[in-house]
Amino acid sequence: MTQTMFLAPPAAGINLRAALRRAQRPGRFRAFALALPALVFLLITFAAPIGVFLTTAVSNREVRDVLPQTIIALDGWDGQVTPGEDVYVALVADLAKAKENNTAAALGKRLNYESAGMRSRIMSIVRHLDSMGKGPLAPQFAALDPVWASPDLWAILKRNASPVTPYYLLTAVDFAQDASGAIVRAPQDQAVFLGILGRTLLIAGLVTFATLLLGFPTAYVISLAPAGIAGFLLLMVLLPLWTSLLVRTTAWVVLLQTDGIINQALLALGLTTEKLQLMLTRFGTVTAMTHIQLPFTLLPILSVMKSIPQGQMRAARSLGAPPFFAFWRVYAPQTLPGVAAGCLMTFILSLGYYITPALVGGPRDQMMSNFIATYINRDLNWGMAAALACVLLVMTLSIYLLFLRLVGAERIKLG
Amino acid sequence: MNTMILERGRLDEAPPTKNAAETMVAFEHVQKTYDGRTLVVEDLNLTVRRGEFLTMLGPSGSGKTTTLMMLGGFEQPTSGRILLEGQAVERQPPERRDIGFVFQNYALFPHMTVAENVCFPLRYRGIKGAQARRRVEDALCMVKLAGLGERRPAQLSGGQQQRVALARAMVFNPKLILMDEPLGALDKQLREHMQVEIRKIQQRLGITMVYVTHDQSEALTMSDRIAVFHEGRIQQLSDPVTLYDRPDNRFVAGFIGDNNTLACEFIGTENAFNVVRMTDGTRFLTTGASGQAGSKLTMSLRPERLGLDNEERKSAENRIHVRVLDRTFLGDRVRLTLEAFGSDRLIASLPAAQGASIQPESQVEMACFAADCRTLTR
Repeated sequence: MTQTMFLAPPAAGINLRAALRRAQRPGRFRAFALALPALVFLLITFAAPIGVFLTTAVSNREVRDVLPQTIIALDGWDGQVTPGEDVYVALVADLAKAKENNTAAALGKRLNYESAGMRSRIMSIVRHLDSMGKGPLAPQFAALDPVWASPDLWAILKRNASPVTPYYLLTAVDFAQDASGAIVRAPQDQAVFLGILGRTLLIAGLVTFATLLLGFPTAYVISLAPAGIAGFLLLMVLLPLWTSLLVRTTAWVVLLQTDGIINQALLALGLTTEKLQLMLTRFGTVTAMTHIQLPFTLLPILSVMKSIPQGQMRAARSLGAPPFFAFWRVYAPQTLPGVAAGCLMTFILSLGYYITPALVGGPRDQMMSNFIATYINRDLNWGMAAALACVLLVMTLSIYLLFLRLVGAERIKLG
Repeated sequence: MNTMILERGRLDEAPPTKNAAETMVAFEHVQKTYDGRTLVVEDLNLTVRRGEFLTMLGPSGSGKTTTLMMLGGFEQPTSGRILLEGQAVERQPPERRDIGFVFQNYALFPHMTVAENVCFPLRYRGIKGAQARRRVEDALCMVKLAGLGERRPAQLSGGQQQRVALARAMVFNPKLILMDEPLGALDKQLREHMQVEIRKIQQRLGITMVYVTHDQSEALTMSDRIAVFHEGRIQQLSDPVTLYDRPDNRFVAGFIGDNNTLACEFIGTENAFNVVRMTDGTRFLTTGASGQAGSKLTMSLRPERLGLDNEERKSAENRIHVRVLDRTFLGDRVRLTLEAFGSDRLIASLPAAQGASIQPESQVEMACFAADCRTLTR
């Protein structure tokens, strides 16, 4: 009896918690069921394709598919000197099959990423397959291109026998593998991607700063305006948001071009004597992006400002703070959750901009997305595109996490 | 035109009045309109004495809050002058007036701790370091919040937040403290407790306080003087007892406490009392406003001043025969709804012991003193 009584409280506590869980279970299931269609939709149309696409950043099927026998033959090779005759025989056999299946070009293209000239070397062997005589193949290869005598070339083939490769990801952050497979900095003329990443961050930062500079005072005015005027001002802010991104960007092309409205106006007013280069410049890109992003920065700030009671400023003034200090020490700190949310939204959206820099910006203003698009559309190099997408995704997520750390998750009001 | 401007100029530079030492605030012919059509405050003349607790009481829209905001510097009078210690301040921004303000919803700064909130006014007065800390400590002690300085306002209860707001408004020793319905958000018990607290602090420090409320019992409890506002005008300005016992007009009579207001007609005077005739012709002796013979007046009579015709009211001048319509038991008192003077309705409030035996539909004799029957002209 005593024992039962002694044990009763903790047991009751556990039962209570279990009972609560049981009681809440139907509600949780209902909530999950309601969200399920959207979840499935997102999984099928968004998460899964992106996930699959990102795996192409490390996928390395070409050598494995086209040169199966060569890979086996190279298995025992120590990599010190040119491999033995059996490897040459295997390569010739593989390439003969590749010629039949028309897969030699894909192999050449893939190997060309690793070492310039590989494409023509492979194609030259394929062209000369029929004229290859009896006897050792190694001298005949060397006769076509002396590089075949170097173990480095064979090392590349052996390295790419693996179904995954770090090549694309390393290239995307300006690193490469040398002949021995060690990771080294990419040669100067190929190390462009960190520069592009830096440029992407810089443009996104400039746009965020510009939208904050324009958006904060506007939000302040709207939050204080009488209902009718505030509604009209808000409409002015929202109107661009309801217009297609492409239309707005094209409108900026009309405005910014050399014979465009801005130049004509400046000339007519006599503010400038020659037409300014506005199109295809950093200035044009940032201006057009700022225009498009302004509502994203402004709206969260406005919603937070509206929730700050008017009494706050009055209290600060009555306690002796002049208007500016009342604003700066009492009002502005309270807008921080909105400022943080707005800036975060604009910065992250700006990182992924594609159309606007493509149409308004010059070659030196192209952002990460433009290069991803180029690799997909023009170069058909999906591995590189996926690797750059990975870098952008990781960058975006780390900035988001850093932001949460600095500002605090509970202090960002996205809604 | 020119002379008018000269007149105004001369008036603005007039030396402070001779009783300036006792006068903290003076409103002189102050008017305020927001839309240019209706006056929210009509020709306000009011002085606040040094060290007094003055309450501006009135229903919403009566102009009391606007008056307070003009004094605080958040609204500008459309015309007229506001003198603070003899200096015209109507064009001075709030931060230069040296007035503590406690707002309706406290307006504590949520991103600062309690101590930072209280310290806020000190930093604009050049008080820093240890001295500022001591002042903050003292102010928090004063409102019984010592040791809570590191909390955030959101971590405090409503009553505690109210105390922080008070400490913040007091810490810089302002010339006066204004309060705009500061207890409105608190529950009844806490409100009554805070009324006493605030009054105690005010009396101990001798601070001048101007307090706005629509709660008449709060005004009666706390004030030295009460200004009753209605439709942009001060209806009556007097101490709580006078306000309760001798209302100047029908609005004040009805707004402060329960009251019976009855129509009557003035006949004449007799032994320093007014003689009036009630609707059924009953003669009544009253005090208060008189008029010309035959003029229509209103008589006000507090429910608790109307009692049974017994020993206590032997010398009462007026007697009424009433019919009891309803009886409500309120614990310490009994409230009777009566019919008298034909069809007039009256409320009487009797001690429970006296009223317990009175049954509805019974006929009762009641009496009241002429001094408690106040005739009003408007």
